[in-house]
Amino acid sequence: MKVYFELNGEQKYVEIKPGERLLDLLRRLGMKSVKEGCRTGECGSCTVLLDGRPVRSCLTFAAKAKGHRITTLEGLGSPEDLHPLQEAFLETGAIQCGFCTPGMILVAYHLLSHNPDPTPEEVREAISGNLCRCTGYAKIVDAVLLAAERKRKGDWR
Amino acid sequence: MKVVGKSVRKVDGIPLATGQPVFTLDVDLPGAAVGKVLRSPYAHAEIVRIDTKKAEELPGVLCILHHGNVPRTPYTTAGQGWPEPSPYDTFLFDKKVRFVGDRVAAVAAISEEIADEALRLIEVEYRELPAVLDPEEATAPGAPVIHDEEDARGIHDPQRNIAAAIDIRVGDIERGFSESDVVVETTCEFPYVQHVPLEPHCVVAYLDEEDRLVIRSATQVPFHVRRIVARALGLPLSRIRVVKPRIGGGFGTKQEIILEDVAAALALRVRRPVVMKYTRAEEFTSARTRHPMKVRVKLGAKKDGRIHAIEMDVLSNTGAYGTHSLTVLSNVGSKTLPLYNKAPHLWFHGKAVYTNLPVAGAYRGYGATQGYFALEVAIDELAEKLGMDPLELRLKNHIRAGESSPIFEKIGEGREGKAQVVKSCALAECIREGAKRIGWYEKRGKHLWDGPWVHGVGMAVAMQGSGITDIDMAAATVVMNEDGTFRLLVGATDLGTGSDTILAQIAAETLGVPVEAISVYSSDTDFTPFDTGAYASSTTYVSGGAVLRAAREVKRRILEVGAAILGDPPEDLDLAESYVVSKKTGKRVPLSEVGHRAMYVTDQKHIIATASFVAPESPPPFAAFFAEVAVDTETGIVRVVRFVGVADCGTPINPALAEGQLEGAIVQGIGHTLYEEMLISSRGGVRNPSLFDYRIPTAADVPEIEAVLIPTDEPTGPYGAKSIGEIGINGPAPAIANAIYDAVGVRLYRIPFTPERVLRALRTRS
Repeated sequence: MKVYFELNGEQKYVEIKPGERLLDLLRRLGMKSVKEGCRTGECGSCTVLLDGRPVRSCLTFAAKAKGHRITTLEGLGSPEDLHPLQEAFLETGAIQCGFCTPGMILVAYHLLSHNPDPTPEEVREAISGNLCRCTGYAKIVDAVLLAAERKRKGDWR
Repeated sequence: MKVVGKSVRKVDGIPLATGQPVFTLDVDLPGAAVGKVLRSPYAHAEIVRIDTKKAEELPGVLCILHHGNVPRTPYTTAGQGWPEPSPYDTFLFDKKVRFVGDRVAAVAAISEEIADEALRLIEVEYRELPAVLDPEEATAPGAPVIHDEEDARGIHDPQRNIAAAIDIRVGDIERGFSESDVVVETTCEFPYVQHVPLEPHCVVAYLDEEDRLVIRSATQVPFHVRRIVARALGLPLSRIRVVKPRIGGGFGTKQEIILEDVAAALALRVRRPVVMKYTRAEEFTSARTRHPMKVRVKLGAKKDGRIHAIEMDVLSNTGAYGTHSLTVLSNVGSKTLPLYNKAPHLWFHGKAVYTNLPVAGAYRGYGATQGYFALEVAIDELAEKLGMDPLELRLKNHIRAGESSPIFEKIGEGREGKAQVVKSCALAECIREGAKRIGWYEKRGKHLWDGPWVHGVGMAVAMQGSGITDIDMAAATVVMNEDGTFRLLVGATDLGTGSDTILAQIAAETLGVPVEAISVYSSDTDFTPFDTGAYASSTTYVSGGAVLRAAREVKRRILEVGAAILGDPPEDLDLAESYVVSKKTGKRVPLSEVGHRAMYVTDQKHIIATASFVAPESPPPFAAFFAEVAVDTETGIVRVVRFVGVADCGTPINPALAEGQLEGAIVQGIGHTLYEEMLISSRGGVRNPSLFDYRIPTAADVPEIEAVLIPTDEPTGPYGAKSIGEIGINGPAPAIANAIYDAVGVRLYRIPFTPERVLRALRTRS
């Protein structure tokens, strides 16, 4: 069937296969930031935002996107125009291999959209569904807190 | 220094931060087929019959490979330097399977669904064989022989299932113990644990327009992949190109050739691109693990605390194949015993045995982690018996700069080692700094209660190496562009560690330019010079040594051109801020002018240089680890309240990246100390092959980690650097075990310290 949905601000009208996962659809559409780490909803690498809320795209049928707004990391910023969260992740050294980074940044974006001044514990709780095996999380928490501080000062979009 | 020592941003950071398609599977190749592997349901069985007819008739199935239709060449999956010190006991496909998850056959099909269906249609008749499921029973008389094939090579004693063995003596161990006033003996067990990189193993293999085989792989060892795939498939090495894009974490598991060989074999048959990836379940059943071990340590000491004799006895379980079996076993001693170098009497012995269980391989720490768990718990027990502060006992006995250990010479990488003198060591400072930060003297022995929780503190120390002496070789090419920027081509393999950035910093410092003037390209066997790869804590030290030398040679050539322009002799000139500058007159010329002149104007030449570096020694980094734990005496839950790791990695080229290595390794170590364990069924299968059932630490689990660096200047390292990648994982198990003892007075000798185990130990004591 063909479905309409909004992908990173663009209208899409695409054919989806029966049983197709949102993860596969998005990667097929070129959104390679959406990573498959387990395909069973355990690692969080495939996190995208559906109407602004984080979902695991590996456990979400592509059909579920119909009529909704999907945001992947590509929709947040680009190499020429980094989002403040991306900037903060780079600045604090929160990226090692970078495989978990897209999901981490998207859950952090969601956290800061409803909690502009999180405590370190709230950040940890918010990202606890997203696994990282490289950093030990310390610098990721630092990055989110730094971005939150900047957001409160108005450096955001 | 302008660039070295600065926490500059990762040179590959922007593509990673913005989700650019930089990983192995982020390319879409037209007409790509999907490869899948049929895996053994039995721990040990002979394949009596394999019938692929029904599977082949399924529309969309392109090819099926199994032992009956591929060449039979023994090789090792260990991505080590040639000749590999691991036995050649593996075949592309064999008529025998040796563990649950072993390869039986592989399919290429036009879609994943069809490939999966084809796997179901392959008919295999197995004759189940008695299996070895307990390493203690592997060498018993009458035990089933796991590698009875005649064409395997390099197995220590195949009839007794011994993949590798070691026996090293220094002094007279019996005399050592009889002369000791105090003797302790401790046995610690390390179970099956796994690397769990977020990106599973994956590869794309295809034939290019010139019919050469291109393997794009998530690997730590592109050059070893090329060599080993050439051997396994009987191809000329020159026909293979291995490309390593960005890697989603490795920690050693991607130092193995466990997918590239099959993908390449399929691509050659079907003549179209083949994409293969492990599922997360396959990562657990069929990738690699840390070697499970039982390590017995016996220590003898004089009354005043001088350690006089150390015996270390190791039983290592290498699983069904002997990849890294000898070298991991060797490292249990070679990376631990030199730390207490004053002991004149040493005996290090052990064996690595085959079992019909998951295959162990390289994992960050590489044997040292298992060794330090036992050794550092034994040190804590020795201190108690001596009535000494364990911190003081360590300070009294640890190796110092200017000192050596006979072990350096006795144990090398599958062969004898090489004598070396430690030239930089700040371990004493690391210990004192860590003690201060954790509050050692305020908290130790105080048993502070907080409801049902009792607090305690414990410590451990460790060293590692920096590359493999006389074996690891790296080369680097520095190319000048006419605008005064540079390309740095390295075979070194950044797998997320930030090594591309470190190497760029070393080049930039040498060439007097900002990091932005260096474009790093890593790694591609067609276009980058050789490098053994990212393992053995080698990249900063060994690859960095090559970059330093190549950059120095390019500098020399730039100064020659600069001399012709400025009319000053080259020895008066230096590079700074993208200029050639006369140290005498202050005259200067921009690098862009040097570049244009050299390339287009006068006496033209391309300013380019390649240099190699072989590690002449392996300077150890050192670290001290301190844990504060709280133990719930009602439930047995252990909470790490704080963890401090203080490391001497020489001069940190990039402090933020070095801290990141330390923090990440510590958290992995806390994971295996408290939660992680692959559980094995009575039939040899992995019972918990998922991230729900095999728990790695989440952000909410992790305590406050303080990672502190105490810089030293390692004279043999690039700008004073040593390694940092592995050492951090050695500390958590013993430091936490010792902290639990401080809190509640029970010793735990087997990780993970689950609530059940802690509670049982508490009950047994009372």
